[in-house]
Amino acid sequence: MLTNRRKDALVAAVLVAPFLAIYLLVFVWPTIQMFGISFTDAPLIGSGEWVGLDNYARLDSDPRFRTAAWNTAYFVLLTVLPGTVVALLIALGVARLKGRLQAAVLALFFLPYILPVSVVYLIWDWVLNFQFGILMHVFDLLGIDRIPITKSRTWFMPAVGIVTIWWTAGFSILLFLAGLRSIPAEIYEAAALDSAGRWTTFRRITWPLLWPVTTLVFTIQLIAQLKIFDQVYLFSQGGRPNDNVVLVYYVFQRAFQQDQGGRAAAVAVTLFVLVVVVSVLQFTLLRMAGGRR
Amino acid sequence: MQRANVWGGVITVLTVLCALVWAFPLYWGVVSSLKPEDEVVRPFIELWPETLTFQHYVHAVTDTQIVAWYINSIAVAVGVTVITIVTSLLCGYALSQLRFPGRTALWWLILASFMVPTQALIINHFVLVAQLGLINTWAGIMLPQLIHPVIIIVYKQFFDQVPKDFREAAVMDNAGEFRILFRVYLPMNWGVTTALSIVTFIWTWNAFLWPFLSVTRTEMMTVPVGITQVNDAFGVYYARQLAAAVLAGLPVAVAYLLFQRKVTEAITLSAGIKG
Repeated sequence: MLTNRRKDALVAAVLVAPFLAIYLLVFVWPTIQMFGISFTDAPLIGSGEWVGLDNYARLDSDPRFRTAAWNTAYFVLLTVLPGTVVALLIALGVARLKGRLQAAVLALFFLPYILPVSVVYLIWDWVLNFQFGILMHVFDLLGIDRIPITKSRTWFMPAVGIVTIWWTAGFSILLFLAGLRSIPAEIYEAAALDSAGRWTTFRRITWPLLWPVTTLVFTIQLIAQLKIFDQVYLFSQGGRPNDNVVLVYYVFQRAFQQDQGGRAAAVAVTLFVLVVVVSVLQFTLLRMAGGRR
Repeated sequence: MQRANVWGGVITVLTVLCALVWAFPLYWGVVSSLKPEDEVVRPFIELWPETLTFQHYVHAVTDTQIVAWYINSIAVAVGVTVITIVTSLLCGYALSQLRFPGRTALWWLILASFMVPTQALIINHFVLVAQLGLINTWAGIMLPQLIHPVIIIVYKQFFDQVPKDFREAAVMDNAGEFRILFRVYLPMNWGVTTALSIVTFIWTWNAFLWPFLSVTRTEMMTVPVGITQVNDAFGVYYARQLAAAVLAGLPVAVAYLLFQRKVTEAITLSAGIKG
């Protein structure tokens, strides 16, 4: 007869095994391999010679890597803070509404988030179309010169940034709404009794109590945008891919178009480390934000 | 007091207007897909088609491979959803209800996996799937997508909340762990299970990067990849492209509108906020 403890361990092993097997196969093993080949000159498929830190050393003088790093940083700047602010403002507006109107308005804001990125791309590519896009008609009406937005060096990143905010804001709005709902109504009633104004109430009550959610939204956005690829790739088709590269795009080009697995892996490792560092910061920050309550 | 009400009204009207403007590109995409090609390129704005036509949808279904892409997408999304939910359910139950060696280590492993950027692993996912001979197959598209650690965490939280009495009663009846899980814990958590399944389906349906990399043959593509990769088939027929886009977004949009509360609940849960 097995003791309870041993029986528990046996059952647990069976229950955990399927997840653990997949985890090792698609998370742990590829991660180890990624680090491994980043020190070699391997092609995409197949092995290569050990080259030490060469792949990393070359990054510094690789203009396309510099473009990719800069574009990624620029994209983060364009989307993370603005996206958080836009979502907060919308959430504050939506939170005031009631019943069906609230559900309907929330659905309108949320719908883009639920769509595949390629659908978002096709819709916006049509809206921004230089010849027939509705935005260009609006530009004409306002007397602004038409701009080939997705082909323009200046406007590409800001435009893709705006589209990204439009696409993902629904998610952040949802988190802000959950945060707003968790603020007890009594606090607002007490503030109303003290005849606190709208701005004072926001600054003294809503904002501090919403701080943990704000931190969460901000850091989730930050991590997501460091990993940007899909939109940038899609909007670059037929445009200027080499001017628009971001980190993941660089990995894609090196590995899948130039068959340089080792050099691509060096950038993948860089991205990996970057995301891990930011995630650790996020974890610490969230703990602090939670502790403030 | 009255001034506050006026301001409140203004903010409400602004919010509703903003929502309509926000959703306008979606409306514009759908309306454009219902216009004949010559109306689409008219040099002025028409908010409703003069002649309503479904010809672009007929074209998408008959002259492109969208039906095949649909089958691929459904197969992959259903496969990923079932496998992910089942493995997460089992693992979450073990973490919540059993004491076993390595439990804490496993918990940290799951938390750590939140940091892993799967985009950085594309090279080695490709190598792995290629070595297994799974490029251009449903299994190959599915494999790297089979892990959503957050689902395990949500399950653990929900199982932790089930009162201990249920478990003790079941143990008294000599029920084994599997029986307790499938007869007691799972039925008590059908709500969250359906919510998690719906969003896993939506996530997988929408996935772009990996399905784009792991498939090279047109007929094996998923819908979101297919509609962007075969531009030639559409030429510069904007309305046709938009009709294909509408067809690609339709299943997830409908799933969201039908199960609005479930979807928002699961998405809030997945961000670590208790709904």
